[in-house]
Amino acid sequence: MKILATLQNNDIAPRFDLATEVLIAKVVRGKVSGEPRTVLLPGPGSDALCSLIIKEEASLVICGGIEESHFQYLVWKKIEVIDRVIGPAAQAIDLAMAKQLRPGSIVRPETERSAPL
Amino acid sequence: MPEIEEIKPFRPDLVEILNGVPHGIALVDPNLRLIMMNRFLEALTGYSGEETRGIYCDHVLRSSLGRNVQVFRQALETGVACSVEGDILGLNRKKIPVRFTATPVVESTGGRQALVLVLEDITALQEIGRKQEKGPPKGLLGHSPKMQEIFELLPVLAHTDSSVLITGETGTGKDLLAEAVHHASKRGKYPFIKVNCGALPESLLESELFGHVRGAFTGAHADKHGMFQLAQGGTIFLTEIGDLPLPLQVKLLTVLDDREFFPLGSQKKVKVDVRLITGTHRDLKQLVQEGRFREDLFFRLNVLRVHLPSLRERDGDVRLLIDHFLQLFAVSFGKNVKRLSARALRLLGSYPYPGNVRELRNIIEYGVNICRGEVIEVEHLPPYVLAEAGKPPRAATDAVSPDRLDPGEKSVSKAVEEIPDNASSWSAIEKKKILTALMQTGGSRTGAAKALGWGRTTLWRKMREYDLG
Repeated sequence: MKILATLQNNDIAPRFDLATEVLIAKVVRGKVSGEPRTVLLPGPGSDALCSLIIKEEASLVICGGIEESHFQYLVWKKIEVIDRVIGPAAQAIDLAMAKQLRPGSIVRPETERSAPL
Repeated sequence: MPEIEEIKPFRPDLVEILNGVPHGIALVDPNLRLIMMNRFLEALTGYSGEETRGIYCDHVLRSSLGRNVQVFRQALETGVACSVEGDILGLNRKKIPVRFTATPVVESTGGRQALVLVLEDITALQEIGRKQEKGPPKGLLGHSPKMQEIFELLPVLAHTDSSVLITGETGTGKDLLAEAVHHASKRGKYPFIKVNCGALPESLLESELFGHVRGAFTGAHADKHGMFQLAQGGTIFLTEIGDLPLPLQVKLLTVLDDREFFPLGSQKKVKVDVRLITGTHRDLKQLVQEGRFREDLFFRLNVLRVHLPSLRERDGDVRLLIDHFLQLFAVSFGKNVKRLSARALRLLGSYPYPGNVRELRNIIEYGVNICRGEVIEVEHLPPYVLAEAGKPPRAATDAVSPDRLDPGEKSVSKAVEEIPDNASSWSAIEKKKILTALMQTGGSRTGAAKALGWGRTTLWRKMREYDLG
């Protein structure tokens, strides 16, 4: 299973259509296998990003805001999408593996005390 | 009389006030991290203000502007509010076009700086804008090739910041064109200020244009911003620029060159970012030759020149404008007027319109007011139009020859010729209307009353009143 998160610095990119980087983590038996990969995109664009998600055979996408048409496209392709997520991408992936990440979750960095919602 | 109760101070919670505003409002710190959001923005983003405190606003707003919003930083640095358009992704995963306005605020105690972001949904405005782009600009109508040229030129004029000089006879729509250029330009959301240079004496005009400070002259009790300052970011339209006094021409030239000026009595320069559009019905080149207009200012204003054609030069537009104004006035006056008779249309088609579109508009307004039925007849048109029809055609116009009129029209023209030149009073006009109606109906009072839209008794009373019985 692969988890793909849109990236802006180390956080989830606020907008799917404006993301220029993604973090791809391979999950084997409930744990991240190896170091997650960062892929730089040639430019922002929802269509190109959807193509990459299909090509990478990701089964879960974690992102910020995404337009309804692209959300429905990914769902139709049987890809789970958790959108409107705010916070560090690595921690968001950990929470997703623990089935604790929901659409609209705010993930606070580990240094902060606030608990994820 | 009841005593006026003293209004006691009322200090409601700031958040409660912001919650009552139908726009998204956020307060962010100088690092653009959220301090609070109002309820409208919470609904738009799907997050509560409490849980998002301290988070960078771009993550919460999901705006197209990203984090490094230059405009917001500029607002913080300069202390001046500014706005920018973009979009946000709402809770329902739909893009919402938004105008962001960033206003810097400083805490009264402690002096901490923050930025108030107002997110205004501009979906409806963009929709209107798209509709307007498809047709001719608002207020300007015309199918004639000369007007089509103007419409094609308009986007070019709007996409530049250069000065525009609009020339044309009185009533051709110089003001409307200037406003259309402003609204189509990137300055469209800022003010459009119109100043008539011929309407005020020199001393007042200077104060009106450039403002004054308290004590600058007798009666200057307070500082006053000039029109140039009021138009900040937008467009100032100086109409009748040919009437601008020479000393003010120098000052205007300085403003155009330096983009700054001293208000009357002030020692502090004021910087302005304003686009200038000027209009005149005079021949500026001739005024330059006569020494009544500065040549350097003429060249400075004459960067982009547009000449609006007179109505005589606009083939086929008279009919279009007649229909437009007829519909406009019929609706606004609540009248059931539907059309003009063929003869009235022919008469209006041959009229030279020295006052151009403004005159045509006034003629139709008169006709709609006077007409009591559904059709505006020749008799419902202003006497001067009818008088003009009786005159031989002028060389400069394509007025209809009397030979081309049918016998009925000839009799009307003849009757009209009899209208004295001083027939400006209502009673004189009404008297002539009665006479014309009687002539047309061969003296039948019933027929004349019907044609005038009156009852027989009214006609009888009025005939007695005017001693026509």
